[in-house]
Amino acid sequence: MRAVITVIGKDTVGILAKVSTLCAEYHANVIEVTQSVLQDMFAMIMLVDISQLNANFNQLVDHMTTLGENLGLKVHVMHEDIFNSMHRI
Amino acid sequence: MLNVQDILETISMIQEENLDIRTVTMGISLLDCIGSDIKTACQKVYDKITFRAQNLVKSCEEIEKQYGIPIINKRISVTPIAIVSAACGQNPVPFAQTLEKAANACGVNFIGGYSALVQKGFSAGDEALIRSIPEALAVTDHVCSSVNIGSTKTGINLDACGMMGQIVRETAERTADRDCIGCAKLVVFCNAPEDNPFMAGAFHGVGEPDCIINVGVSGPGVVRAALAKAPDANITEVADMIKKTAFKITRMGMLVGTRASEMLGVPFGIVDLSLAPTPAVGDSVAHILEEIGLESCGAHGTTAALALLNDAVKKGGVMASSQVGGLSGAFIPVTEDAGMIDAARCGALSIEKLEAMTAVCSVGLDMIVVPGDTPAETISAIIADEAAIGMVNFKTTAVRLIPAIGKGLGEELSFGGLLGGGPVMKVNSYSPSKFIARGGQIPAPLQSLKN
Repeated sequence: MRAVITVIGKDTVGILAKVSTLCAEYHANVIEVTQSVLQDMFAMIMLVDISQLNANFNQLVDHMTTLGENLGLKVHVMHEDIFNSMHRI
Repeated sequence: MLNVQDILETISMIQEENLDIRTVTMGISLLDCIGSDIKTACQKVYDKITFRAQNLVKSCEEIEKQYGIPIINKRISVTPIAIVSAACGQNPVPFAQTLEKAANACGVNFIGGYSALVQKGFSAGDEALIRSIPEALAVTDHVCSSVNIGSTKTGINLDACGMMGQIVRETAERTADRDCIGCAKLVVFCNAPEDNPFMAGAFHGVGEPDCIINVGVSGPGVVRAALAKAPDANITEVADMIKKTAFKITRMGMLVGTRASEMLGVPFGIVDLSLAPTPAVGDSVAHILEEIGLESCGAHGTTAALALLNDAVKKGGVMASSQVGGLSGAFIPVTEDAGMIDAARCGALSIEKLEAMTAVCSVGLDMIVVPGDTPAETISAIIADEAAIGMVNFKTTAVRLIPAIGKGLGEELSFGGLLGGGPVMKVNSYSPSKFIARGGQIPAPLQSLKN
């Protein structure tokens, strides 16, 4: 089971560190990261393995959303199935 | 690795273009609750609904979290109550109150099925139920009612059309203090589908299993945004873009439906391939038509553009799901669509044009506010006209009119929420009363003889 974490917003110091620290707290293993900074807009997409989570997936979602709010960023955590079903035949 | 472009597209569809699952509707059969004692029967109905749907809202909320996709409404549809209440032989309003109580206990947004199927005549219980609709809708908030008065196979029950004109008026009068909201929960069908997840017309058909999950998707904003990216495309390319978008929307509906059915341990029924608008800006079917190239919805060309839209939505959708049903098509409820409301206000959209549009799209004359002094016979005749379109074209048509009691042209009603609000629209004032008073059955058309 994998989930996609997307982070979009104004670039500041330590975004990647904070998001991946939170992943580590929940035992979500980061598999792949792509990120780009266009002017001062930061966009990061992270694929994480959630099969070994030490808590409920919903708690991770809530925690990430709160983290995003605190940093002034939009953070979405979504199960990868939604992308597979919408974009693959 | 997933494609970055795809991920960002999905997120912007949900965040900016109002992509959502309009409804997850649980269909529940009440056939095993039938009994001659109304108290016992109501208790059985309450117990069955609250048992079957106890986790519906909770499971849907979990799915919303997991996939990051909003599920706007959670609903329940039940066996047409006229069938359940017939054995009691008395006023069926207690069933409506029971449904309301059960809906509140389960936390759902609507419960549908206070219904009767009278396309060929009234059986025991049907007439009592129809006569009780105004009271039932006045004393409840979440109960929705529907009556099927015609079908391609049977023709149109003109007696029922005549009766429904009066019932619609009476329902408006009973709820006049609340912007006549009762009528927003009452729909008159021709060729009603048995697996429709959308309100107000949802009921659980007798051929359906004991319990089932049906899903209705939405996403007019997504289609409009896709078209906006290619302003100079020709109309074939436009159809293609709509198809691709509908595919994605429907796949999402499939995913949510399958997941909900797994979580609830209930079989998955159908995805309704629908484009259902809301009054929110950016979630309008009328705006898609305008994006295709009309100055305003209702202009000449609207019917053709809508036919293309409706067809492309279905073509994209059937590729995405093998279990398709319900109403499936683009909806055009006037008060629930920001673009339609504007078009009606400025006079670009008339009831006559809407009637033509219903011949090529899903459902029918939906959520239209008419003057408060519109006679019952005129409402009956509008119902008969719309049913004739459905009967001849082998499609579902419906009428959901709201007579604005005490109001006339230039005034508006406001329901709030998904039901929206809108201006009173002009109705032809010449009388059809003799036609309606004839009663009887309009014979089934030649199209019904397919064997």
